[in-house]
Amino acid sequence: MPTIAHLKRGQRAIIKSFEVENVPLKLLEMGCLPGNEVMVVQQAPFRDPLYLNINGSHLAIRKETAALIEIELL
Amino acid sequence: MARQINVALIGNPNTGKTSVFNRLTGLNQQVGNYPGITVEKKQGVCKLDRGLKAHIIDLPGTYSLNASSLDESVVIELLLNKNDKDFPDVAIVVADVENLKRNLLLFTQIKDLGIPTILAINMADRMKRKAISIDIEALEERLETKIVLLSSRKNEGFSSLKELVVNYSQLSTKPCVNASVISPEYFDRLKKVFPNQDLYKLWLVITQDVNFGKLERGEVQGIATFKTESKSNLKRLQQKETIARYQFINGVLKETLTIDTANAKDFRSRLDRILTHKVWGYVIFFGILMLIFQVIFDWSSYPMDFIDSSFASLSEWVKNTLPPGDFTNLLAEGIISGLGGIIIFIPQIAFLFLFIAILEESGYMSRVVFLMDRIMRRFGLSGKSVVPLVSGTACAIPAIMATRNIESWKERLITILVTPFTTCSARLPVYLIIIALVIPEQRVLGIFSLQGLTLMFLYLLGFGAAIFSAWLLNKFLNIRSKTFFVVEMPNYKVPMFKNVAITVIEKTKSFVLGAGKIILAISIILWVLASYGPGDFNEASEIVTQQNSASNLTEEELETKIAAFKLEKSYIGIMGKAIEPAVAPLGYDWKIGIAIVSSFAAREVFVGTLATIYSVGSEEEETIKNRMAAEVNPVLGTPRFNFASGVSLLLFYAFAMQCMSTLAVVKRETNSWKWPMWQLIAMSAIAYVVALGAYQFLK
Repeated sequence: MPTIAHLKRGQRAIIKSFEVENVPLKLLEMGCLPGNEVMVVQQAPFRDPLYLNINGSHLAIRKETAALIEIELL
Repeated sequence: MARQINVALIGNPNTGKTSVFNRLTGLNQQVGNYPGITVEKKQGVCKLDRGLKAHIIDLPGTYSLNASSLDESVVIELLLNKNDKDFPDVAIVVADVENLKRNLLLFTQIKDLGIPTILAINMADRMKRKAISIDIEALEERLETKIVLLSSRKNEGFSSLKELVVNYSQLSTKPCVNASVISPEYFDRLKKVFPNQDLYKLWLVITQDVNFGKLERGEVQGIATFKTESKSNLKRLQQKETIARYQFINGVLKETLTIDTANAKDFRSRLDRILTHKVWGYVIFFGILMLIFQVIFDWSSYPMDFIDSSFASLSEWVKNTLPPGDFTNLLAEGIISGLGGIIIFIPQIAFLFLFIAILEESGYMSRVVFLMDRIMRRFGLSGKSVVPLVSGTACAIPAIMATRNIESWKERLITILVTPFTTCSARLPVYLIIIALVIPEQRVLGIFSLQGLTLMFLYLLGFGAAIFSAWLLNKFLNIRSKTFFVVEMPNYKVPMFKNVAITVIEKTKSFVLGAGKIILAISIILWVLASYGPGDFNEASEIVTQQNSASNLTEEELETKIAAFKLEKSYIGIMGKAIEPAVAPLGYDWKIGIAIVSSFAAREVFVGTLATIYSVGSEEEETIKNRMAAEVNPVLGTPRFNFASGVSLLLFYAFAMQCMSTLAVVKRETNSWKWPMWQLIAMSAIAYVVALGAYQFLK
């Protein structure tokens, strides 16, 4: 299943599920929840970190975290 | 006496909470630390109607009550402890109108604690441009509270906010979300064990890894059994709680909030396309860095020269005006020059924080963190370490203070420990004079001056040492600290003058009062050690006059000879002689030894001390340089400052931790003497070994 780490810039997707253990709760609190839309706004060199727009919240996470969040492409 | 009510300001980071605090309290605020930790505690007083006064605490920004940093646990510790003298009578949750959904998460949690909670929707002036409309009445009804629209920028809504605070007792304290829906079975069990307790509060106590020492024992006894529930199970429940809260919020906002995205003008994405660009982003960042350097070096040199000369003339004036004696000397040479040594840092510190405050207020700093994170991570640092490392080239003191926003303790500690390696401005006078002495005035490839290249090499060496030791520390420092990295990318804003000014004033004040005390104490001690001595010291003038009776010296020349003799026989001179065997292998004599010892207070003291020791009346660089060039090694008969000893000195200054003020700040920021002592020992050892190797190899 694709994850946020696979998303290209400008592509949109819906968050499906994530690894409960390793995704920080803070990320959920900032709106990264199943069913919400996610888009990559910008990416740093080597696609790490990723600058995302999740459900209207703008935030940056490292690639390793992005790879834990599964998505469905729109 | 006016009745006082406690008000807590709570909110997500980047909601303009501090602007609201500044509007409510003005300069009528105090910044301190929470006892035992270095989290900043900001409080202030605001006058209300009917003779009431509000004691306002600006709590650290947090996204929820699930604490993941020291700052955040301060918030929950206060809100769970009814006995705390600061426990709020009413809470104001500050929300950003553009991120209302996310901000309401925290609001529902605070409200569920049973604290009267006012919702202050800030930055309301942006609603029109962003095509946002809110049905305030309906929202008030759904959230069962009072709402105020604020604009700190335009100073709107504050009188309504104060009115709501006065009438806080009329606010409903009914919870928004029933937390037990996330696991009825689990909460039933909890209820059976603690029939009289608030379940949501218990739930928070169970899930938080914070220090509940302050809570009453009886309240949390027996709770340990509920912690035995597996960690991942608890985390799953926390996630369920978050989802349940968002369901509630989505339901509420569906009926009350509309955003017409077609009408919203998006300035942000256009700016981001340039500022976080793979190439341009870095070019712009380095351009801004160069500008900051330029300003810190160039602009602050004027006020610094002015401060320097003012204190010199003040000291001169005191000496000439007051009756001569020990007290006058202490005042003129110890205290006044010690104070001058503190005040002289103010321009650089103020300029640096001016820039940092502007970059932070505007939202640009998060973009720098985003750009630099990947590169810095290789060395155990964070994207957020860039600011301190760069600031360190001005002065390590404000740089270390700027590490506070790094969440991971390990990344922050490494940043604090390696920052003093970067070439600060105090090393510059030392480098300049020694380079002028030992590096020939040649050109490489016809254009580059060899002396300039040496200076550049020393700057690179400083950065290299910082990065390399960060890498080493990362390998060997055994600190468990989750390095999760979630950075909010706030919207761009024009910085508010009042916020920038208050930050600059606060940071400068905390430097002068904190580190300043220690610098002052050290300079007084140094003065005493250099001004007193046993035996011959007290007959200095007779002995020197006798020795030189044959030669025709002017009175001035004799005076300087006496001063040099006195320094040699003073306590500090004796110390210099005592350490001579230790510094001789590096190519130094006792005089350089004294200069090194005295420059442990501050590096730039080196040149001044050598000037006194070599009995040069004026501190003008050329004359000291000539005198230093003429100094001869009595054993070898060669110049004291030759290529080998010069390089050895340069390297010693590049690595050694010779700054009491930095140690004092590290002590304050890490809250223990362990780290500054470590830093002192390790850096001095590295400096010694490298300088020794260089001298022995080159001589």
